[in-house]
Amino acid sequence: MGLSLGWHIIFACLGVGLPALILIAEWRGIHGDADAMRLARTWAKVAGVLFAVGAVSGTILSFEMGILWPRLMGEFGAVFGLPFALEGFAFFIEAIFLGIYLHAWDRLSPMRHLASGIPICIAGVASAFFVVTANAWMNDPQGFTLVNGHVTDPQPLVAMFNKATPVETIHMILAAFMVTGFLVASVYAAARLRGRADRYHRIGLVLPLIVATVITPAQIVVGDIAAREVADNQPLKLAAMEGIGQTEVGAGEHLGGIYINGQLQFAIVLPHVLAFLAKGNVNATVVGLDSVPAADRPEAVTLIHLAFDTMVGIGFLLLGLGIWLLVRWIRRRGPPTSRWFLRAALVAGPGAVVAMECGWITTEVGRQPWIVYNIMRTADAVNPAPGLYWGLVVLLIVYTVLTVATLVVLQKIKRANVQTPNAQATAGNV
Amino acid sequence: MLANIVLGFLWGGITAYVLLAGADFGAGFWDLLAGSATTGADKRRRISASIGPVWEANHVWLIFALVVTWTGFPSVFAAIASTLYIPLTAVAFGIILRGSAFAFRGAVTELSLQRAFGAAFAASSVVTPFFLGTVAGAIASGRVPLGVAQGDIITSWLNPTSILGGILAVEVSAYLAAVYLTRDSQRANESGLAMYFQRRALVMGVITGITAGLGILVLHADAPLLFNGLTHRGLPLVLASIVFGGLSLLLLLLRRFVALRLTAALAVVAVLWAWGVGQYPDVLAGVIKVSAAAAPDQSLRFLVVSLSIGSAILIPSLVLLFSLFQAAPAQRLSEGR
Repeated sequence: MGLSLGWHIIFACLGVGLPALILIAEWRGIHGDADAMRLARTWAKVAGVLFAVGAVSGTILSFEMGILWPRLMGEFGAVFGLPFALEGFAFFIEAIFLGIYLHAWDRLSPMRHLASGIPICIAGVASAFFVVTANAWMNDPQGFTLVNGHVTDPQPLVAMFNKATPVETIHMILAAFMVTGFLVASVYAAARLRGRADRYHRIGLVLPLIVATVITPAQIVVGDIAAREVADNQPLKLAAMEGIGQTEVGAGEHLGGIYINGQLQFAIVLPHVLAFLAKGNVNATVVGLDSVPAADRPEAVTLIHLAFDTMVGIGFLLLGLGIWLLVRWIRRRGPPTSRWFLRAALVAGPGAVVAMECGWITTEVGRQPWIVYNIMRTADAVNPAPGLYWGLVVLLIVYTVLTVATLVVLQKIKRANVQTPNAQATAGNV
Repeated sequence: MLANIVLGFLWGGITAYVLLAGADFGAGFWDLLAGSATTGADKRRRISASIGPVWEANHVWLIFALVVTWTGFPSVFAAIASTLYIPLTAVAFGIILRGSAFAFRGAVTELSLQRAFGAAFAASSVVTPFFLGTVAGAIASGRVPLGVAQGDIITSWLNPTSILGGILAVEVSAYLAAVYLTRDSQRANESGLAMYFQRRALVMGVITGITAGLGILVLHADAPLLFNGLTHRGLPLVLASIVFGGLSLLLLLLRRFVALRLTAALAVVAVLWAWGVGQYPDVLAGVIKVSAAAAPDQSLRFLVVSLSIGSAILIPSLVLLFSLFQAAPAQRLSEGR
């Protein structure tokens, strides 16, 4: 399940972010920028492939929800199922207008065609919102009463708008735009590094990069709020994120390190910083992992801690890239062209993906051993049917094959586009 | 009452899935049988052009059915998913393979890659409906008990009724696809292709009818509850299906392909609903009734409101999608090759 989610999340991000990029490019294209139009066409073709893969991997998730976690769904479906139903509709809209957008270049006037892309953007963001509300609920389960271990009085709206919802959804949606922007930019940075310096490749780099770097500072602010939300509502997760073994007054911020025997070793400590960041007071108390019995603590503390540090670290590096772009733009009235900047932009794409996955590891692994925080253990949610293990092995193989195939196909699209740019611009349809 | 409304939405979604996505699977079936890369090229091109713009939207009906089930009937969802995890996993893999291979095939230009992705697309188009059919058979024959993984993980779906369900699902899909493709070819002025698919629709229609007829005997022996339902409350629909099925064969011979679409679809809907009506009010045959399986009313109320609002947005969008690609001359629908 974790594998499927971690894999699907990349495609989902592109599904949320890519339509906006395509529409910006198409908008410029309609206003006479032939290179931007070529970009829009190419990206649309890529989107066609990515959406298909995202759609089917998303379907697998809905199967797995039942196949792997029947007890979670059976018990709590009435409580947190609603956002999935809403997401289903958002997904419908996405698929319908994607069908129109991809296949009706020559059936609609340019402006109408552009307009047909707008519902895709809205529905993409909406579906991300709905699905993440369900995840937020797992972190902050609300909207039901437990009587003898069984759910009564479900209130789906209360469940949907729990305390974790606002920050988690915004954090995820911004992440989706960042991942898309940096990832697309990195493709064109690679092309530039190989000597393609024409205008098409310049726009292909700069346009998504601007989108992504504008969002980065906002994301850091939201991330900070998210961390404080976790500090208030899931203190144990925060303790794991920071590697805090024992409850501490005026806890320090720990960077790096390995968690051994209830202690974070080899970490760089910034005294009092964590207490200030999490609680707004340098002498505040930060709850440690030892505050609950061992069975209620997350196990993989080192993983959670390092994943969190990596996410934050990459976030600030991406911010630095944005500042680089901005400073250079102001001083020279144009984007940087140095090879070092291109190299930085090249690694920013994979970097953003790594940061997003680390964030996801932080929130999911950090919630363990609970699947529904403090309510249901992951071990109690799983399907006891025999033989499931083999299903997971096969799944791993299928995902590997699918990843390779996707990359091969995207490579082919790129190559076809480079070789025959004009034919591409006229054919267009997938 | 609320539970019945939700069940209505669910059944409507399943119907749409069978009629629309079923045909997309069926198109893959014909893709598989279209012959070598050279002789089958025109058929495959027609198939790609017909399902390309719509298959993703059609596929969402399945997700719709899944999420409505787990929100509206959580315990039923848990029971089905945990007991039938083997065929459902097969369905999941089939869906992955089908969707991505189809998209990949459209995006590459090398013949060897097209052939590989095409084969994956076509094979998975047959496997997926088969296993979905076995799931339907398992539920209809009362082999999915309530609770988590309480049923036999093998015989729940490997039994006469499930096999019948699987075979019927493949045949019905192929039949619908041939019917739709006949009309698509005709509209595109590809009379050779129209004849090609017309013949196949005819053959598959007859085969499906025979299978369904023999299937009644299987049900009599293996699923007495379902048999009873089909021969009593579901009987009018069973008869309607026979009438529409016969009418469809006639329209096929008369080359009335537009009216044919309607009657062929109605014949399939009648069979599907005969099962639904025959089994009602049980959601798992012989196991649990709709009123007992439904989520509490508070949840259902929000679900019904969401489904209503969602449908109000969804239906015009769907109409737009289909009218856009059905109305305009189909020749313009170049599929990028």
